[in-house]
Order: sequence, then structure tokens, then C-alpha cells
Amino acid sequence: MNKLTHIIRSELKSLMRGKWVMGYGLIFLALTDVLLRFGGGGPETLLSLSNVMLLFIPLVGMIYGILYIYQSREFVELLLTQPIARNTLYWGLYLGISIPLMSAFVIGSLLPLIWHGIFVLDVGSTVLVLGLGAVLTLIFVSLGFVLGLAFYDDRIKGFGFTIVIWLFMAILYDGLILFLVFLLGDYPLDKFVIIVSMLNPIDLARIMVMLEFDISALMGYTGAVFNRFFGSSYGVITAAAMLVVWLVIPMWSGLNVFSKKDF
Amino acid sequence: MSIPSQMKNLKYIVTVCLLMVAPQLYGQISVSLDGPIKSISEAVKMAEPGSRIEVQSGVYEESGILIEKSIELVGIGMPVVNGMGNGFIFIVRADSVTISGFEITNTGQSYVRDYAAIIIEKVADFVIENNVVDDVFFGIYVADTKRGVIRNNRVESYDLREASSGNGIHLWNANNPQVYGNTVIGMRDGIYLEFVEDADIRDNFSSQNNRYGLHYMFSNGGSYYRNTFTKNGAGVAVMYSNYVDMSDNNFEDNWGGAAYGLLLKDIKHSKISGNRFYRNTVAIYSEATSDVEISGNHVELNGWAVNIKSNSIGNRFIGNNFIENSLDVRTDSPRNNNTFEGNYWSAYEGYDLDRDGVGDVPYRPVSLFSVIIEKQPAALILLRSMFIRLLDTAERIMPVLTPKTLYDEKPRMERIP
Amino acid sequence: MIEIKNLKKSFGKLEVLKGINLDIPSGQATGIVGPNGAGKTTLIKSLLGLTKPSSGEIYVNGTKLNGNFDYRRDIGYMPQVARYPENMKVNELLTFIRGLRDQDAVFEQDLIDQFNLGPELDKMLRNLSGGNRQKVGATLAMMFDPQILFFDEPTAGLDPRASHRFKQRVQTEKSNGKTIIITSHIMSELEQLVDHVIFVLDGNVRYYGTMDNLLIESDETRLESAIAKLMEHPVEVAI
Repeated sequence: MNKLTHIIRSELKSLMRGKWVMGYGLIFLALTDVLLRFGGGGPETLLSLSNVMLLFIPLVGMIYGILYIYQSREFVELLLTQPIARNTLYWGLYLGISIPLMSAFVIGSLLPLIWHGIFVLDVGSTVLVLGLGAVLTLIFVSLGFVLGLAFYDDRIKGFGFTIVIWLFMAILYDGLILFLVFLLGDYPLDKFVIIVSMLNPIDLARIMVMLEFDISALMGYTGAVFNRFFGSSYGVITAAAMLVVWLVIPMWSGLNVFSKKDF
Repeated sequence: MSIPSQMKNLKYIVTVCLLMVAPQLYGQISVSLDGPIKSISEAVKMAEPGSRIEVQSGVYEESGILIEKSIELVGIGMPVVNGMGNGFIFIVRADSVTISGFEITNTGQSYVRDYAAIIIEKVADFVIENNVVDDVFFGIYVADTKRGVIRNNRVESYDLREASSGNGIHLWNANNPQVYGNTVIGMRDGIYLEFVEDADIRDNFSSQNNRYGLHYMFSNGGSYYRNTFTKNGAGVAVMYSNYVDMSDNNFEDNWGGAAYGLLLKDIKHSKISGNRFYRNTVAIYSEATSDVEISGNHVELNGWAVNIKSNSIGNRFIGNNFIENSLDVRTDSPRNNNTFEGNYWSAYEGYDLDRDGVGDVPYRPVSLFSVIIEKQPAALILLRSMFIRLLDTAERIMPVLTPKTLYDEKPRMERIP
Repeated sequence: MIEIKNLKKSFGKLEVLKGINLDIPSGQATGIVGPNGAGKTTLIKSLLGLTKPSSGEIYVNGTKLNGNFDYRRDIGYMPQVARYPENMKVNELLTFIRGLRDQDAVFEQDLIDQFNLGPELDKMLRNLSGGNRQKVGATLAMMFDPQILFFDEPTAGLDPRASHRFKQRVQTEKSNGKTIIITSHIMSELEQLVDHVIFVLDGNVRYYGTMDNLLIESDETRLESAIAKLMEHPVEVAI
């Protein structure tokens, strides 16, 4: 445990000095501030922010994760020759790099919300949106880790897969859902679309944003399953639980790959 | 000063004194559980027109209290009148009656008769104020009246079924009634108007009613303003009426498959301005409505900002703020017979090169996605998805499936204050 | 004391180590040589626990390697390529590694002085020259005074002076009874530093014995020509 926090702290210190993380935080700071200045009030800003977040955090997270593996190869190997368990090292490195990225997003977006006074007005919504961004960061940094470890010696392939996976999850997946909805239009589809959406973490995060901001529209839909799902705490709880599952799967598979891998 | 003039003065003073003392001596009756007069009905029978009955606090188990004289009935320390489930409680059949400061509870229940805590029939100039009406069938029931005021009352019931609950404040065939400062919760319709002329309805709070917070039927003229309608089963409905002025109201949290912030049906020549529509399933629903001006409203975070049927003609949506509604406008026809101009749409992605505060390209508030979910409602789950946004943007640039003529030529770049 | 019993390792279909048996006693200085792709690196990585054997067993000081890590307390490793986090200072790196080992860094100051790293301590690692980075690597490997030292092409990026100092230091360690294992392409360097040679070819150990013996057997005076001869005539040389 001591070694774990030691690794996290050392990585954190080094990354916080890097331009990458700082720049990333500043981008969100500028973005949120501009949205607040020109967009208007709280929900409008938070929704624009979550649109940006749902699109870019997965991409940045994955690239950041995979880039870390590729750039720190020799260093990671040196660390692996130290008397320390691979599990500890994995968690140390993973948390050490994902926490700064996550904090950069949260702090970068939060500061303008605080100084424009939106945070106080919409504490619940702000916490939800920023929390979702944080969880997405964790999910996709570890996906990047997994990809980096899986394509350890083939960077082109690794980056290629990253882009394809992002494109699929962030955009094409929903096109596929829409296509299936029209294809199977004669059958009751409520359950189907809910389940299919839950299988994609970006959709999951989007659904949680919807539950916060669009519940009035969702209640306009007369499907009973929809209404039961979204109209009660059942929807929020299921979506949150699935998001946790999505958090655990890549982390766990990253750990698995890391501890079995031949470096 | 002469003696006769002194006499005249004295006479005047005596008259004034008598006038001041007279109600106490002749016109005032006190009802209390431990006094000589223990029943309100008894006091009402004894009273002369113009007299004042003061009812001391306590629980009075009475119903069918028939008032046929112009009297003032005042509760001191909120006496409770419990109808024990029998029919009406107060029945007002004389002009200029005041009922004030009572807690009225437990009317009869019926599917044939509209038993109410207070029924006012065929009279003028009544005042119903500061009463708490609790757990009743109908609350305050007004029929065939002229003028009259209903103010600062609270009406609340707990029956969740639409059929077995009555209206909170029910106005039928009334002229110039004033209804203000009342709170109505958990009734069928909070405030119901039918064949009412020139009603003045303001500063009321109507919430959690099983059907409509306010229900306007065949009632021309008049206005309702500064009211708050929240969490009603179906929002507010204004039907078959002309020349109604609806302004500065707050329509909030009316959710459901058939819930509207404001439902308009067969409305003509009316104005809807300065209202706030917040988190309703549909903020404004319009059917067979014409010549209605909807301006300066703040429409935020609703499911649909506007659902306008194609039989609505010549309505003008001008200078409203449409902010982060899940979907802006929905319609059932490719044609458009209404005007949208100079509104602020938060979903607008255009630009303003000449810096005049007005976007240089029109905004099309009917998105492709709203057409999609019209056909496949389950696709609603894709709301705010990147893929859908791309589709919507493409459709806005080159409309194919959305109404070509429904657009805001002068979308505002910033919120209208 | 390192024992390797029938160590085999394959990556997919590619068999890299084909059954290696070795006993490296404590206090011995050993060079591992062999052409590229012979399996040297995989052999060392197996000893360090970086790769896991497909079959066979490895014992380090009597501990069998099975994903455990405590045995690495006795190992210092200096990698061939020294790349470190860019935004870390030299002394932060030293602190980082110290925190991972909870052992006394007895030679830290000694090594810093010997390698002239004093002026570099407050610099970011990205601003360090390749040679200085190598020196940092050597410091990290030796500062905890471990029993076993691995050096992977140690002098590759070092200038002659630093290279000389490094060799001096290795000699000192040797005389202190450390087990030293070096891979290098510079045969003259090995001649100076080790007494035993492991020659790996095609996944097998082709020669393991003293340097002197190798020179006698191959009838050569220099290691370089002896190894060249071994590669041309891959005959089994007695151990």
C-alpha cells in the first residue's frame, strides 16, 4: 500500500509538470468559460460541456493511456525489475496517470463554473456531469492501457485500433442502434434499445446526462418499459451500476494483461 | 353659534355613535361551543341581513348551512366545520356574502352531485377568503354569479383518481370573478372555468392536481397571470376560448405522455407572453389555434418546446427564449402556417458575421430526429447522441424530411433578457 | 547463486529458448555473448522476471521464480536503453526507486561522486545527455548493494572516461564478491570484466565455462576470435 501511494505520487508529480495534462486542463477551462460567457446559463453550459466530454474524453483518454505505455516502455521495464509486485505497479502506474488527467478535466471545467456562480445553482447537475467525465476518463485511460499492452510492439496497429474503437463507440454505435430500430420497427423495442445502449459506456454516460436534463421528454414517450425504467430510480441505479461494470472490465483486463505479460 | 345649530350637531354625533354601536348591539352574533349559540346554522337563521357572525374556534359538525341573507361569516381562530361526509357544507344563495377564516372539511362524495365545501349560486359580490378547505370532493363551487372574489384560500385533497376527485375552485357561468392568492393542491382540476367572462385569475399556486392545474373552457376575455402551475397530471388546458391573456405564469414540471405546460385547443386572438415553461414534457401544445401571439416567453429544459398541429394557423412565435429543450418544435405536417421569428434557440449553430445580433442563416427548429422519433418512438434513447447530431446538422443544411417552410429567419444570437 | 533448469520459452510459434541449463555460482563474473536473436535478452528477462518461462525452472538464491518479487531485492539491473519519465528530476527518480525498494541505498552518494552526477541531480531527466542517463542507470543498479548485478550493454553510451570509471566500479564490486552478469558486444570489455563466458546460439547454450578455457580450446588469444570461431564451427565445446 505504501509502495502504491509512493508510485502514484511520483507519477503524479512528474505528469503534473508535463504540458500535456496542463494543456488539457486549460482547454476545458477555456471551453467552459467561453460557453458560460457566450452560451448563457447553467444547463446550457453543462449540456454543451457534456457533448464535448462524451466525444473527446474517450479519445483523449485512450490515446493518453496508449501513449504512456509506448513512451514509458523502458522505464516500466526498469520498474518491473525492482522488488515489487506487478499488481502494485499496475495500479500505481494506472492511477498515477489517470488521476492527473481526470483532475485536469474536473478542475479545468469546475473553476469557471464556480467563478460564474453556476456551481452553486446547479450543484447536482454539475457534480453529475463532471463525475461522468471523471468516470469516462478512468474507463478510457485503462482501455488505452489495455490496447498499449496488447499491441506492445506494433504502435501503428495500437493507434489504429484506438481510433477505430473510438469512432465506433462514440459515433457509429448509435447509428447501428438507429438502423436496428428501423429494421425491427414492428416489434416492441423498449427493452432492446435500453439493453443495447447499456453495452456502450459512452451511451451509458449519455443516458445519465439524459436522465438529468431530458427526463421531461422521456416521460412523453408512452412505452411502458421506458417509463418504468426512466421514471423511477431504477434507471439511474441500473445505468450507474453498468457504468461501474464498465469501469471494472477494462481495469481488470488491464491488470490481467499486465501481470501475465512478457515484457 | 345659535342653539338650533348646536342641537343639529348633537343629533349628528348621536347618530354616528349609534351607527358605530349598532352592529355590536343588534347585528353581531357569536357562535361558540361553550356559549349560548353552539351551531353555525342556528346563528345564520337568527341573523338579520347585514349582520356579522363570529364563530369561535372549535370543531362544528355541520353541513348544509344555507345562507340566504347578505351576512358576514367570520371564523375566529380557524374554527373547523366538519361536514361528516354529508352533501354540501356552506350553501350561499344571497348577494354580498362573506365567508372568511374557516377550516372546512369532509363534504359528501357523489358521482351525480358536485358536493362542495362552499357552493355559491345565482348571486353577486361574494367574498370567500382565508379559508382552508381540506379533504373535500369539490372545494369552492361558483355558478351563475356576477363579480365576487375568491382570495387567499387553500384547497387540498388527497384522492389520486381523476374520476372521484372534484375541482378545487370551480367557476361555471360566472361574470368578472376575481381569483387570487389561492393555493390548490391534489384536486381534479385546480381551477376550472366554464362559460366565464372576463375572469381575473392571478398569483395562484396550483400543484399536483390529478388533471389540469387550470382548465379554461368556453371562457372569453379575461386573463390569468403570475400564477404557478407545477406537477399537475396534465398541466394547463385552455380550450374553446377567445381573447384570453396569459402572461407571467410559471408552468413547471408537468410530466407524462399527455402532459403539457400549456395545452391550447381552439383558441383565437389571444396572447401568451412572459411566461416561464420549465421542465414540462411539452411546453406549448397547440391544436386548431389561430391568431395567438406567443412572445417573450422563457422555454427551458422541456421535452418539446412546441408541438403545433397543422390545423393551427396564423400564430406568431416571436422573441421567445428556447433553451436546451430536448427537442424544439414538433409538427405533423410538412406545411407550416405559423410564424417563428426573432427567437433565441440555444441549439442554433449559425453565425453572425455582420454582428447585428441576428444569425445570418435561418434556424430550423424541427429536427430530423423529431421526425425520426415520430416514426420510431423507441429511438428516443438516442437523444443527444453524436450520431444524431450529425444527422440533424446535415438535415438542417439540406432539409429533406423536415418542413421546408418552418424556420426562424432571424434567430437571435443571444438570450433575450 | 542462479540455477536454470531446462528453461524453454516460445513466443507464439517462435521458440526462443530451447532448454537451457545453467548454474552460476555466487561471486562469479559472467559474460553472456551471442549473435542478435540468439536468446540473450530473453534469458536475462527470464532471470529478472520480465518474461515468464514456457517451461523449466529458475532459482535465484534458492528461491524458485513464479511471479514472486522478493528475490529481486538481491538484484540490481542496468538496462541497455535508459529512458525515464521526462518531467522527473534525477534526484526524484532516485527517491522514486528508493521508495520502491525500502532497502538502504548504501552506495548512493558514493556512486554519484564516482560518476560525477552531483551537478545533474536537479536537472530534468529529459535534459540529461545519453551518457549521464546511463550513469544514472548504473547508480540505480548498484546503489542498494545487491548480491547480483545485471548489466545490459553497459558502456554503450559512455564516453571513455566514464566507461573507465564504470569498469573500475565493476571490478570493485567483483572483488567484493558480487555475482555479475554482463551482456556486451564489445569483447575486449568482457575480457577485462568477466572470467566466465556463456555463449548462446539459437536458443541453446553453446559454451559455458571460463574464458581461459575457451581461449585454450579454440586456440585463440582473443575472445572475439574465439567467439567467431564458435559461430563458424558450432561444435559442442566441453564445459
